[in-house]
Amino acid sequence: MAERLLLRCRDIPGLRQIDTYLQHGGYEACRKAIASHTPEHLIDMVKASNLRGRGGAGFPTGMKWSFLPKQTEKPVYLCVNADESEPGTFKDREIMEDDPHQLLEGIIITSFAIRCHTAYIYIRGEMETGYDRLWVAVREAYAKGFLGKNIFGSGFDLDVIVHRGAGAYICGEETGLIESLEGKRAYPRIKPPFPAVQGLFQCPTIVNNVETLACVPHIVLRGADWFRGIGPEKSPGPKLFCVSGHVVKPGTYELPMGTPLREIIYDHAGGIPNGRKLKGVIPGGASMPIFTPDEIDVPMDMDSVQKAGSFLGSAGVIVMDDSVCMVGAMLLLSQFFHHESCGQCTPCREGTGWLNKVLTRLEYGGASPADADLLLNIAGNMMGNTICALADAAAMPVRAFVTKYRAEFEQHAALGRCPLRSAAQEPRAHAHG
Amino acid sequence: MPTVEIDGQKLEVADGLTVIQAADSIGIEIPHYCWHPGLSISGNCRMCLVEIEKSPKLQIACNTRCTEGMVVHTKSEKTQIAQKAVLEFLLINHPIDCPVCDQAGECKLQEYYMDYDRQRSRMPLEAKVHKKKAIPIGPYVMLDQERCVLCARCTRFLDEVTHTSELGIYQRGDHSEIALAPNKTLDNAYSANVVDICPVGALTNREFRFQARVWYLERTESVCGGCANGCNIEVYHREGRIYRFQPRANPDVNQYWMCDAGRHSGMALQGEGRLMQPLVRGADRFAPAEWGAAAGEAARALRDAGRTPGAVGIVVSARATNEEVFLARRLGAHLGATVTAVSWSPPGATGDDFLIKADKNPNTQGLVRQGLALDGVDALLAAAAAGTLQALVILRSDLTAWCDATVVHAALERVPYVLVLDADQHEAAQFANVILPIGAYTESDGTFTNFAGRVQRLRQAVAPPGEARPGWVVLDELVASVAATPAFGSASAVFDALAADGGGFAGLSYDVIGAQGRVAPTA
Repeated sequence: MAERLLLRCRDIPGLRQIDTYLQHGGYEACRKAIASHTPEHLIDMVKASNLRGRGGAGFPTGMKWSFLPKQTEKPVYLCVNADESEPGTFKDREIMEDDPHQLLEGIIITSFAIRCHTAYIYIRGEMETGYDRLWVAVREAYAKGFLGKNIFGSGFDLDVIVHRGAGAYICGEETGLIESLEGKRAYPRIKPPFPAVQGLFQCPTIVNNVETLACVPHIVLRGADWFRGIGPEKSPGPKLFCVSGHVVKPGTYELPMGTPLREIIYDHAGGIPNGRKLKGVIPGGASMPIFTPDEIDVPMDMDSVQKAGSFLGSAGVIVMDDSVCMVGAMLLLSQFFHHESCGQCTPCREGTGWLNKVLTRLEYGGASPADADLLLNIAGNMMGNTICALADAAAMPVRAFVTKYRAEFEQHAALGRCPLRSAAQEPRAHAHG
Repeated sequence: MPTVEIDGQKLEVADGLTVIQAADSIGIEIPHYCWHPGLSISGNCRMCLVEIEKSPKLQIACNTRCTEGMVVHTKSEKTQIAQKAVLEFLLINHPIDCPVCDQAGECKLQEYYMDYDRQRSRMPLEAKVHKKKAIPIGPYVMLDQERCVLCARCTRFLDEVTHTSELGIYQRGDHSEIALAPNKTLDNAYSANVVDICPVGALTNREFRFQARVWYLERTESVCGGCANGCNIEVYHREGRIYRFQPRANPDVNQYWMCDAGRHSGMALQGEGRLMQPLVRGADRFAPAEWGAAAGEAARALRDAGRTPGAVGIVVSARATNEEVFLARRLGAHLGATVTAVSWSPPGATGDDFLIKADKNPNTQGLVRQGLALDGVDALLAAAAAGTLQALVILRSDLTAWCDATVVHAALERVPYVLVLDADQHEAAQFANVILPIGAYTESDGTFTNFAGRVQRLRQAVAPPGEARPGWVVLDELVASVAATPAFGSASAVFDALAADGGGFAGLSYDVIGAQGRVAPTA
């Protein structure tokens, strides 16, 4: 894609300042949406665009909005999921830090469409710069009359509040986010009821990802047909791909949905450095099944990646070359999920720790030849049996790693340690929080 | 009213009913830890996962509402695999210290392990996560974090029922633990309920732990006599000793709960002040006497005094059962006596807006509904002081506890014959000519009428201590002896006579009252 939209900030210095943003057509989408569309029309437009959520689940955004009750006396809330914490994912952060008004514009249009008058941006606690810059942007928008009372003289009111999380992956699960925003421990809620019916403060609530909302102004300006024309029709639009690991040029790339994974790795990210070979690539953030080198000719859109046996997820592309020990890599992922399991549901609370223990002994000694199958069995017992998807997120990579790199797991068990590691190395003490 | 099919059985269920409730209604138990009918649905334990046709994943039965045509399999292979998996997950970090755990015998981990798991542990002992054990978290509750399954019943009880939130869940993942909130103690008036609802040995009762293995204990359905609420209970006992009270579910009275004071009042009934044998006043002290002799003398003395109308007074307290009160009234009728009643609570007795009533008597309404005045004692004492009373019967009432003791002393000194029927030794009894020991309410059949007019059954859990007898037995024989009529012979027959007597008990019988009580028609 020649033209960058979501990452326009890379081409326009100072875009995060409202005056610069306005000089480059800023808030036109917002003005247009409020002046010449009804909320129903906007929802229809987003539906027609086939925009799907960029947070990981890929749920159709317009359909999510339409689940709100048609008649309600309760306030409707918009929660912006800015708790970006999936390992390998760093796209929302750039939008918030360098183009916060793009997000605010998306928030204003969406709020108008869903008749919301209070929107919360729930930002990951560690993202201090993003938090500060969002508040600056929010204040600038208030000063210009784009937030607050009677926006653009339309009679529409909207307040935006930026809220910092306190450091937990689970707060990115939409109902965990809602609980956390209410001041409670971020235990995901049982569904039904879904947030659209009963969300924040028991009121109808829409939770949307940052990148999802950033797409909305562009749809308003250029139309649903334009958006639907980028990439596959069922899963279209401009998309941010976060490429990390063993590539020459790691970073975030804005490319059309459906760009082949091979092209992303080898053309855009410059391929594998140091003359090494690709060993595996996780296409959608730490919780998604890994692809082997012969599986990377897949278009990177939601349906195609799913058809190929993984998920686009957050589009966090983690590239591993042939120096990587796959047991060690899986151990690292399992440490993350063990650390981040909220502990509410039995299979996840106990299973993430158990997986971590088995992987630790495979890597450092004490494993048995049956441990590869034990990992698959534990993962199978966790999958689909919990309130939220964290158990699946912890189990899916295990299944893929063990199945696709089984020989390495068996070699570890037979040798009593990692072949790439000296016997003297002890496991790192694992911190719990 | 959707029709659902559970394990091949079709049934029509009420709108909004969940699968776990529907299954329970036809006797199919879906195993569960976190679900409790008195608390909000949490859905965390995953033990109640069941297979529902047309649903891609297993669903938790506790949060799935029955819909028309739903087909549920609670014993299918998929369901069984999930049940076994969840139990294994629950047990991998469990200390398996059943031999020294007070919950053994009533532990849902033990029970479900036998029913749904039965496999060897795949977790090496040394790899288990360890947490703190035997932490006293309040006057009645001991916490063992290692045994906890994090079902959050205790925290939900404290959030939703008592609204005191002393406990919370801290840390994450398999390091999650139940713990006291900073600067809090689990000391609300209902704290020990968390022990009942804890499905495992994480929360145990400090009064009960290590006193008895539960499989040795017998249970008797009864009603707490600690206040006018009449919380339904089960009395746990063995060889004549009471070990604990636990609440028994009654949606109209106490739901699933009871207060700490009531719960622990049962043990106080077995204290040192109990009267163990009939006592007859001698020259300078009371002497033990044979029942026949003591009761016979009492009957003779009352008959003699009863020859003068108005010469006998009877004081009945709100701690007496309806049956005892009825028999006391019968006795009064034969003796032409003045029967009056007292309902006394200690100074400063308070209630709340939940279960605890300021009236610390279990049967005040029973007195009222048998037409007894609650304000006649002063007049009776005045009559005694004036020398017009020849005999006075005092049933379950220490007059000195609530009247001016010097007035009581002066009055009782002037009554030639005082008969005391009570479970406990007390000050007023020193004026007695005869003291007949009767059982506490856990030692007798009978009924109490709670503050709302609900008549509820007491069942004799243990025998009265020593030579003491149930109060209704003693009064039944006394009436028979005084009136020369046949005795009723059972508490149930006494109650039938009470019901036939008109007033507030018409239409009731022990069968009608059943296990959950019945509100008496207002007279």
